[in-house]
Amino acid sequence: MTRPQIAKEKNPVFGTGILQGMWVTMKNFIDSYFKKADQGGIFTIQYPEELCRISENSRNFPFLVYDAAPDSPRCTACGICERECPTKCIHVEMAKDTAGKPLRKPAVFEIDYGLCMNCGMCEDVCPFDSIFMDRVYEIAGRDRTKDMLIGKDALLKPNAYFQKIRPKDAADIDARRKAAEAKKAAAARPATPPDAGGTAS
Amino acid sequence: MSETILNEPQTLEINFGPQHPSTHGVFRMRAVLDGETIRGLKLVIGYLHRNHEQIAENLTYPGVFAYTDRLDYLNSMQNNFGYALAAEKLAGITVPERAEYIRVIMAELARIVNHLLLVGFLLNDLGAFFTPCLYAVRERERILDIFEDVSGSRMMCNYFRFGGVKNDLTENQLGEIRKVVSRLPAFLDEFEALLSKNEILCMRCQNVGGLPKDLAVNAGITGPMLRASGINYDIRKTDRYSIYDRFDFKVPLGQKGDVYDRYYVRILEMRESVKIVEQAIAGIPRGEFLNAKTLPLLRNPRLFKPAAGEAYGRIESPKGELGYYLVSDGTPQPWRYHVRAPSLINLTVLEEMCVGQKIADAIVILGSIDIVLGETDR
Amino acid sequence: MDTQISEVKTQLETGLPDVKLRTIGNSILLENPEDLVRAAFFLKEAPAFRLDYLSSITAADYLDYLESVYHLYSMEKKTGPIVLRVRVKREAPRVPSLVPVYRSADLQEREAYDTFGIVYEGHPDLRRLFLWEGFEGYPLRKDYRQEDTDVLEIADIEWLEKHGVNVPEKFKTQARELAAAGKRALSEKPAQPRN
Repeated sequence: MTRPQIAKEKNPVFGTGILQGMWVTMKNFIDSYFKKADQGGIFTIQYPEELCRISENSRNFPFLVYDAAPDSPRCTACGICERECPTKCIHVEMAKDTAGKPLRKPAVFEIDYGLCMNCGMCEDVCPFDSIFMDRVYEIAGRDRTKDMLIGKDALLKPNAYFQKIRPKDAADIDARRKAAEAKKAAAARPATPPDAGGTAS
Repeated sequence: MSETILNEPQTLEINFGPQHPSTHGVFRMRAVLDGETIRGLKLVIGYLHRNHEQIAENLTYPGVFAYTDRLDYLNSMQNNFGYALAAEKLAGITVPERAEYIRVIMAELARIVNHLLLVGFLLNDLGAFFTPCLYAVRERERILDIFEDVSGSRMMCNYFRFGGVKNDLTENQLGEIRKVVSRLPAFLDEFEALLSKNEILCMRCQNVGGLPKDLAVNAGITGPMLRASGINYDIRKTDRYSIYDRFDFKVPLGQKGDVYDRYYVRILEMRESVKIVEQAIAGIPRGEFLNAKTLPLLRNPRLFKPAAGEAYGRIESPKGELGYYLVSDGTPQPWRYHVRAPSLINLTVLEEMCVGQKIADAIVILGSIDIVLGETDR
Repeated sequence: MDTQISEVKTQLETGLPDVKLRTIGNSILLENPEDLVRAAFFLKEAPAFRLDYLSSITAADYLDYLESVYHLYSMEKKTGPIVLRVRVKREAPRVPSLVPVYRSADLQEREAYDTFGIVYEGHPDLRRLFLWEGFEGYPLRKDYRQEDTDVLEIADIEWLEKHGVNVPEKFKTQARELAAAGKRALSEKPAQPRN
């Protein structure tokens, strides 16, 4: 392994190093006016008027998906995300009907955005494709106990929204759910004996 | 810092930090001065302490990943890497070829980000207020865009998983990385033209804060700081973890171990990292990006129950040797989890380097150590 | 790595015959903690190993005893790790400090003292590193119980009232009950032995 030499000899004339540095800053200054953003020009943007491009994978805070109506979300209040959340910022309670029978949907679903650290663990562990990472970022509030505690109504968003922000993942998940439903429907139908020659569809 | 120094009539003890712009976080030094010369220095840390280790012991193994991001928050990719290595060693998980390449690409990009920021902020400490720093941040920005595109987050990437990585790299993203990396050598040339021969920088940095070889080894200094003292020890070369043995890169060494060497070694390391990334992009094979056996772990982290035992995984993070010590008792939670933090241990010699120097140099020396308080205090 | 461990073991046994040791997995356990400094110095100087770099010191709580773990590498020979460990009782644990041999032990021993309460004898400046002076307990020990932040003690209430905070009566009665029972405001859950 050859060892790169660190050149530390003094410049012949004192001050040439500084002048050279000033030339670099001058060049950058001029370039910032005449070049494109990716070639040395100004690459900052005027934030409230312009917005940054956000990539499809980008993740921020979790939200819940519903298919048809907010009353029947995909979430079954199983509580896996609550258990696995590293910061324990999720609180779920299952709904019950008047007889006290559990309904397999959440009565309370709260996420403390002030505590959430955007890790994406809830999305990974959810077995019902219900919780996903959103990309909204303009959610500043004035009160950290009230404004940052997001309830079920604000968390539930339609599947169309999910399809809009993450088209690729949404298409995969929709296809998978459709296949699972078709399978379930096939299983629910009275079974035809295989020797009777019945086809699958 | 003995009482005798304090009792001398001409000495003065001053407090430095914890809220000071040039301590890079909540870091405090108690310095004893004689005029402007430092006679003794003690560090007081712990302002950002959150007991990372205890938090991790109460979580599942995969759940710790998100917390490792917050150790050295400037290069979360490397933190993920070290933890993934330790846990994979503990559980005996293999990593597919493509995932190894992706890991190396990401880790080296993170190294470039880290060194860019370090050099930028070192110049801030010297008084070159924000011009060099913003040039560095401009290049870092492009790499962070890649991180966001690939992992979903700019700084808290949380990208590695046991047995691979979270998402695959698309051809588009690879092209983007190639484009960004190809710009870097030209940028570094320009950066060096701005800095390396600048007389003010040379006078402030050369022969300041020298660290002799034997002390550096004895005090467990690692990373660019050790190599600036002239010791050829790079864990990428000695341990050959992941697939680093396949790449052709050099280990830059310094001669005197002063601040200038530490600055220059980092510039050279960035050039080597660029080489590694280029080789990795050229050689990346097709295949799976996550070991299929570990897929269920993503869905149910509590399935990850390594057999009772212990493992120590270490990597060459941009700051030094980042080690993770894991003890498993066969349950889904680690029994003992310890981070060997380079930022903390490199501070051991701060007093030795500062004594005899001027107070203004102490800031530069601290800046050249490269600490991140999230990792120091844990 | 196993061959290296056995080699270290035989060399230690011949070089320091009165040091009692045995191997556990891929590591060496020194039966008597007092031997630690001698063994480390021997391994550092022995031409066959030259373990000149102490990478990591940490401790672990195994409920019956505390353990101090040392990961040694050689920068000269680029080998390692050799793992040394010593075990001490949970009550008044004392381990000799390695600072005279390895300067890198300095902050790490302070960290282990801070979180596990192992006293490293001979350390030049053994103070808490992260936590403040006067912090009670050692937070990484498995029997550590956190403060219950929802309950106040009498001293807390006095402090709050001195600073002009109106403390509800509920907290005051709670604090008095606690003090009467001679308890501290600690959380319910101490770490459970899991196996």
